[in-house]
Amino acid sequence: MNWYLFRLGRACITILLLLILAFFALAASGDPAQILLGPDTSQAAIDAFREKWGLTLPLWQQFLIYLNGLLHMNFGLSYRTGESALALVLDRIPVTLSLVLPTILLSIALGVPLGILSAMHRGRFIDRLAITLSVVGLSVPSFLLGVLAMYLFSVKLGWLAPSGYVDWSSYIMPVATLSTVGIGTYARFTRSAMVEVMSRPMIETARASGLSEGIIHRVHALPNALTPLITITALEFGHFVTYAAVVENVFGWQGTGSLLIESVSARDFAVVQAIMIITGVTMILANLLADLSYGFIDPRIADLRHRSARRLRTVCES
Amino acid sequence: MILRQNLSPAIVGCFCVLSFLTVLVMAAPWLSPSDLSEVNLLDRFRPPVFMGGTWQYPLGTDALGRDMLSLILRAIQVSLTIAVIGTIGGAIVGTTLGLVAAWIGGILDAIVGTLVDFQATIPTLILILALITVLPSADFTVFVAIMIFHGWDRYARLARAIALSAKSQPYVQAQQIMGASTFRIITRSVLPNAMAVLLVNMSINFPQTILAETTLSFLGVGIQPPDVSLGLLIGIGRDQLFNAPWVALMPGFLILITTISISVLGDWARDLVEAD
Repeated sequence: MNWYLFRLGRACITILLLLILAFFALAASGDPAQILLGPDTSQAAIDAFREKWGLTLPLWQQFLIYLNGLLHMNFGLSYRTGESALALVLDRIPVTLSLVLPTILLSIALGVPLGILSAMHRGRFIDRLAITLSVVGLSVPSFLLGVLAMYLFSVKLGWLAPSGYVDWSSYIMPVATLSTVGIGTYARFTRSAMVEVMSRPMIETARASGLSEGIIHRVHALPNALTPLITITALEFGHFVTYAAVVENVFGWQGTGSLLIESVSARDFAVVQAIMIITGVTMILANLLADLSYGFIDPRIADLRHRSARRLRTVCES
Repeated sequence: MILRQNLSPAIVGCFCVLSFLTVLVMAAPWLSPSDLSEVNLLDRFRPPVFMGGTWQYPLGTDALGRDMLSLILRAIQVSLTIAVIGTIGGAIVGTTLGLVAAWIGGILDAIVGTLVDFQATIPTLILILALITVLPSADFTVFVAIMIFHGWDRYARLARAIALSAKSQPYVQAQQIMGASTFRIITRSVLPNAMAVLLVNMSINFPQTILAETTLSFLGVGIQPPDVSLGLLIGIGRDQLFNAPWVALMPGFLILITTISISVLGDWARDLVEAD
């Protein structure tokens, strides 16, 4: 129980850090009155503006107001359009999810079997090919892959529309580009998890009792190797969201990512901070859930942590 | 002897690619035929020699008639310099913080631990984008600082773990008893032992730094014109894929061979370290 509380406390601290960072960045991003109203505005107009947005209060009061606003789902207004930053972001989230969710499914569906295959044929040709492919997949920037795909399939072959949403085939290039990274990551993690599990004594026992390699792999090794994949998926989700920013930009999709880049270019920090907080909190919660679910999936882990926590307490008290 | 056993042609090839690029970076000012700001609107979109162009512009020209060879040389220089300084800087900052946190412990350790946790949880690209929004201008120096920020947390985590385990080792305790200063113990005994792991992490971090810089520049929020980086060139060339594909494809090829070479070398180095 202690361990769960510790994780929960850590998640809360991380969220608080994120909010403090967002707020101070907001405060440091310059005087919004100057930026928005331009240099030629009269002092009275600037003062009125500052009064209206609460910019004359001390910083800590502004922070409390800011927190209160966040609790009421008020992420501030976009400097560019005057709309609610949250509404702008929520408007774009479905587009990003429609790219990211198929990508995660595709990455798991291709990456995990590739990793298993590679672990089963460790050191042989298939393994080396899979490792090389995943290294290449991980070291090529996704914007470059996107541009290359666009060059090949839109410019040279003319098969696919270069950008924007036309029909279902518009998904092919963005999802494929995004998945390259995901497949590589999943393949590598599955492989190393499988290799680790295969070196445990229980596999020796299974072999000694005459089970076939196929059964050992499927029934004994795989379930044990798959537990870390939950964490990977939780961590990867955040990466996919940032890669999606790139891919949306390349293929001209109107998702959260392209909104983020537009807002960064326009120095529209209210929107940037809304995206940062939403992504950040999602990531923190995903990590927390992944950590907590470990105990349910594999009771030995929870038990182990209880014991180490208890040992720590005895050491501290003595 | 380990070196001789594991040197495959692929590894040698990667070494050659990286050495060649290093020479290009060093010699860029002397090699580039024309000035970056030299615009020649009459010679727009000249193809490179291997696509039917002339030797006046060996790698062709872009939309403004600028010489692609000069642009690419400068771009390699900018991208690789940022990646090298960013990686080394991140290693120094992260390792120092990790070692100090582990040695002093207490509140400092908790603070560093929380910060590392924080950066590992929130996608770094989003943090960097938030920083860029706030900073008045992202020039070269600011960008190097951002790239140092990009990878420090992994070094800190590794260095902290190594220092913690070293702290309880007899050889460190013996030195403490003999009265060696903490600084001496850390720099003479702990750090050399951690070097292999940290170097491998640098080889993982380096391509990621290139990836981060080129991605930001490609999106138009990194290196700003009139300066160029490999990512920025691809960003410019993307809009001309139909009539002048070489503007995007040549820098793309360079990024490909650079990151793949370093990743392959990094994998090889990690196998060496793990085999020890």
